[in-house]
Amino acid sequence: MRITQGTFSYLPDLTDTQIAAQIDYCLDQGWAVGIEYTDDPHPRNTFWEMYGNPMFDIRDSAAILLEVNACRATFPQYYIRVTAFDSTHGTESVVLSFIVNRPDAEPGFRLIRTEEPGRTVRYSIESYAVQARPEGARY
Amino acid sequence: MGDMNTPTQITDAKKRYSAGVLKYAQMGYWDGDYEPKATDILALFRITPQDGVDPIEAAAAVAGESSTATWTVVWTDRLTACDMYRAKCYRVDPVPNNPGQYFAYVAYDLSLFEEGSITNVAASIIGNVFSFKPLKAARLEDMKFPVAYVKTFAGPPTGIIVERERLDKFGRPLLGATTKPKLGLSGRNYGRVVYEGLKGGLDFMKDDENINSQPFMHWRDRFLFVMDAVNKASAATGEVKGSYLNVTAGTMEEMYRRADFAKDLGSVIVMVDLVVGYTAIQSLSHWCRQNDMILHLHRAGHGTYTRQKNHGVSFRVIAKWMRMAGVDHIHAGTAVGKLEGDPMTVQGYYNVCRDTHTEVDLQRGIYFDQDWGALKKVMPVASGGIHAGQMHQLIDLFGDDVVLQFGGGTIGHPQGIQAGATANRVALEAMVLARNEGRNIAEEGPQILRDAAKWCSPLAAALDTWGDITFNYASTDTSDFAPTPSVA
Repeated sequence: MRITQGTFSYLPDLTDTQIAAQIDYCLDQGWAVGIEYTDDPHPRNTFWEMYGNPMFDIRDSAAILLEVNACRATFPQYYIRVTAFDSTHGTESVVLSFIVNRPDAEPGFRLIRTEEPGRTVRYSIESYAVQARPEGARY
Repeated sequence: MGDMNTPTQITDAKKRYSAGVLKYAQMGYWDGDYEPKATDILALFRITPQDGVDPIEAAAAVAGESSTATWTVVWTDRLTACDMYRAKCYRVDPVPNNPGQYFAYVAYDLSLFEEGSITNVAASIIGNVFSFKPLKAARLEDMKFPVAYVKTFAGPPTGIIVERERLDKFGRPLLGATTKPKLGLSGRNYGRVVYEGLKGGLDFMKDDENINSQPFMHWRDRFLFVMDAVNKASAATGEVKGSYLNVTAGTMEEMYRRADFAKDLGSVIVMVDLVVGYTAIQSLSHWCRQNDMILHLHRAGHGTYTRQKNHGVSFRVIAKWMRMAGVDHIHAGTAVGKLEGDPMTVQGYYNVCRDTHTEVDLQRGIYFDQDWGALKKVMPVASGGIHAGQMHQLIDLFGDDVVLQFGGGTIGHPQGIQAGATANRVALEAMVLARNEGRNIAEEGPQILRDAAKWCSPLAAALDTWGDITFNYASTDTSDFAPTPSVA
């Protein structure tokens, strides 16, 4: 399967040129760009590891792309996303977030159904990769 | 405006309060010199006086009948601070290009209203006056609420920002679809449509306004099958998914029962219809706040009073009321789809939902500045007769903070529901990517879609099926201050 979190997961993987264009857009909007990575892509795993703080003071997409590629070199089999933060009053949150790296094989998730009284079912979702191996050795 | 014949307020108290009938202007409901206070609630009415009725006297009557007046003088006014309680019409303008219609601006003292009650606002402002005989017609066009009053409302339980954080979806419109046919599917068949749509790429599926608990599908069956579909699609994609479970029912107790069950099953969102009433909506909003639930509002019934320009209530007023009452989603029109909506007027509704501070914008039908006092933002929903071939127009008109709902445009896809959903998601992401790259999507949109369709056969099939479908009819509810081009 292909995990489709992020703004552009239904498109073919973005090239570095396309990634740089999106970063330029973020910088033009006055947003700060950060890089985050994980090997636990559960849909509710909000806090991926930060590859450094959001780069509030770097206003050059080429420099940020270097960081993206450094992260890829360090974590080639991880999910990596570029995330933009808008500090404007009334937003003060993430405003764009797209995946720029994913492992070669994505085994996906198992849906666990726990049957309860009546016909009620409790659901939980578990990543096959996370279940199989500990953090750092999953993909 | 105003002329020599317009009666003015009688200031001699003995004359003013002697028994009998006076003109409303004589009673003090018209004051052309009045400067609205920062704490006043303001309303703009479009009135059509009966032939021969002075527009200012008609406007004063609107102010009177929506505040303290009755048809005759009552001495009991003198027991009160009646000068303060009296609403004051302070400005009357002819409506451009509409002979016989006038804009009447009315100011209301804050003390006339109960805190935190849209029902009280509605009972005051539109309670009596729309049936008033000296008027042929009346329409509430816009309202301004002082921030002191706005802050008496909790507002949306979730809001756009937190909704996105919970769903982990940023930088693009959300995608939805209403399950069709809207009536007749069994729970099992209904859940099938939900699963296919969500797995194909939609963020949300949606109950329709009239899906409650009919003989063909009891509400509990619907909730159970739908939540299995939602969770299965979530596992298949790694995304948070949702389906608006409509909890609309005959009583508040039953609505709470249904909402509680939706929560127990892990739904992220519930839905209610506007026809349940403002009090019920506020109650459900508070329930959602306590239960981490997004509240979707379907504006069922609004067309009966929002569509005709000469009589009723503008939808921009309903949108303001519902932001204060506290909903997270509201259907606000598509401009390009099958339902009524002039593009700029619809943009005005969207701005009311999403602004932190709304500025006067006559071309979009916004007559007052409005400070929203940090009230959360409402996600507008575009639903009704839209399809992937219009993606560039929709994103150009509405930006990112909107739910685009393609019901027929997903479920009617020639290759199936999943393919329909994928077509919409690919069209959406391709258009956002291109816009962010600096391309002019309003002009290049069709080419951007055709390029994406080269590698996405579901999108190619969608464009082949619906690419030429437009709903190019003149709008009824248009701005009085701008030409209104059709965008279809």
